[in-house]
Amino acid sequence: MNLKRIVKKSTPYRYLFPTVLLMVVFLVIPICMVVSYSFVDKAVVSKTPEFVGFANYIELLKDSKFWNAASNTIVFVLVSVVAHIVLGMVFAQLLNSKYFKTGTKTIARVVYILPWVFTASVVAILWKLMLQPSGIINYLLSFMPQINNKFEWLSNRDLSLAVVCFINIWCGYPFYMVSILAGLQGVPGDLYESAAIDGATTVKSFWHITIPQLMPILISIAMLDFIWTLQSFNVIWMLTGGGPINSSEMLSVYIYKLTFQKLDYSMASTTATVLLIVCVIFAIFYVRQQKKVRE
Amino acid sequence: MVGSYKKSVKIVLSILLVLGGLFAGFPIIWMLCSSFKSNSTIFSWPPQFVDETFGLHSYLAVLTDPSKVRFFINSYIVAACVVLATLFIGILAGYAFSRFDFPGKSLLNSLIVSVQAIPPIVLLIPYMSMIVAMKLFDTYLALVLTYLVTTLPYCILMMTGYFNTLSKELDEAVMIDGGSRWKALWSVIVPISIPGMVSVGMYTFMQAWNEYLFALCLTQRNEMKTVPIGINLLMGMHGNDWSQMMAMSVLGSIPVLILFIFFQKYFIAGMSAGGVKG
Repeated sequence: MNLKRIVKKSTPYRYLFPTVLLMVVFLVIPICMVVSYSFVDKAVVSKTPEFVGFANYIELLKDSKFWNAASNTIVFVLVSVVAHIVLGMVFAQLLNSKYFKTGTKTIARVVYILPWVFTASVVAILWKLMLQPSGIINYLLSFMPQINNKFEWLSNRDLSLAVVCFINIWCGYPFYMVSILAGLQGVPGDLYESAAIDGATTVKSFWHITIPQLMPILISIAMLDFIWTLQSFNVIWMLTGGGPINSSEMLSVYIYKLTFQKLDYSMASTTATVLLIVCVIFAIFYVRQQKKVRE
Repeated sequence: MVGSYKKSVKIVLSILLVLGGLFAGFPIIWMLCSSFKSNSTIFSWPPQFVDETFGLHSYLAVLTDPSKVRFFINSYIVAACVVLATLFIGILAGYAFSRFDFPGKSLLNSLIVSVQAIPPIVLLIPYMSMIVAMKLFDTYLALVLTYLVTTLPYCILMMTGYFNTLSKELDEAVMIDGGSRWKALWSVIVPISIPGMVSVGMYTFMQAWNEYLFALCLTQRNEMKTVPIGINLLMGMHGNDWSQMMAMSVLGSIPVLILFIFFQKYFIAGMSAGGVKG
């Protein structure tokens, strides 16, 4: 009798067993490991690592390379998120415009989403081809007045961060565009009609109706994008590897280099823990925002 | 007066639409054109879309080289295993979330949602020693298991949502006839959930096909590498054979492009559902 009840009570857990096992082994334990590595010296490499408290964190805060990577990451994230919002909004408005036929809009939508579909290594190699000194970008620029030289886009210290930002903008805006398009369909049409009767211009109704109506969606996707961009690694690694001379190095690249080039697992874990904490803080805000939207 | 204003607005918007299309599409067209050129003319000045070397030679070179074909085989094997395992585990979990109330439900749910916020590079550090300790380094299983962590959350959330739309009376009918819950799930619920499973499967395939970081670090031998790593490996291998790299990029994008074009609706739904980008 009692056994039967236990079996019955355990039913949901039996269905969840594989999920829980995977999440514990490949998510919970690894995160605990990273955090614990950050408090010891010579983690992984040494058999008897020594507990050093917050010494790694103090060392990290004194490292100018860390601050360089952190400031590059902040620039990269802010530029990307703002440009994504603006481009996503412009393209969504174009695709939602009443001036074009449905067929035109369907084709345009597919073309506009394309950059999002390609995998990071294709994006990286494709732009590497176009940005070569004798590549197509320099050719197109040669038609501009007063530009005579061939730019070394990826091996120029002053240009590399801007180029990496630009490429990230190129492959990231479709997510915003699609989300905003979905949001625009939810804006009641009579709001615009009554505004038009009151004599509001298109520009005015954009700022006073469209933007406030889309605000919850915009905040949600911007936060999600913030988290993703903060941790992005693939395209940057393949395009510049963080160089030249660390000019496009992000936190993720910095962690990767510490792990695989210097084999300094302790410092890598320390930086990783810092990145993780920042991401988790934003994730908490994101989840709260989502709850607010649902209510 | 009003008519001419409307006309000029339409012209301005049309120009913007075309410029936007060029911004999004030109790099892709350029990749396609370059893949048909020979490596010697790829940087000719002035550049041409199509030149006299136009042909399938780079594609043939990629497809007749067993070491490059191997990248594709690896990617298909890994992606197929990830899709099947994700669907199987995700269906079980989704069913539990949809049909039962149990202690720890909300904790587990927030754990699953939080996966999106964890940077892959953070997990990679412990994975390196874990995967070696489990004797999985340089195997398909290492990739399949680690990919599951990122593909499962989306699958579980979507399948829970899908099962919630199905009436509980369906399972109860089977159980009244003397069948078990297990039987109810696999003989009644799963067959009518195929549309949901297809869309989740497509999305999962795309995530697995495109993954880069874990594939880069958890495999070692060239015959274990997947397509994204393979494309990047070509960079150094043949002194930058650009036309072959472009051909390989096109070939590597085709599976995802086909899925995207046929299942556009689902991708867009997936993206706006709180997106789990690969």
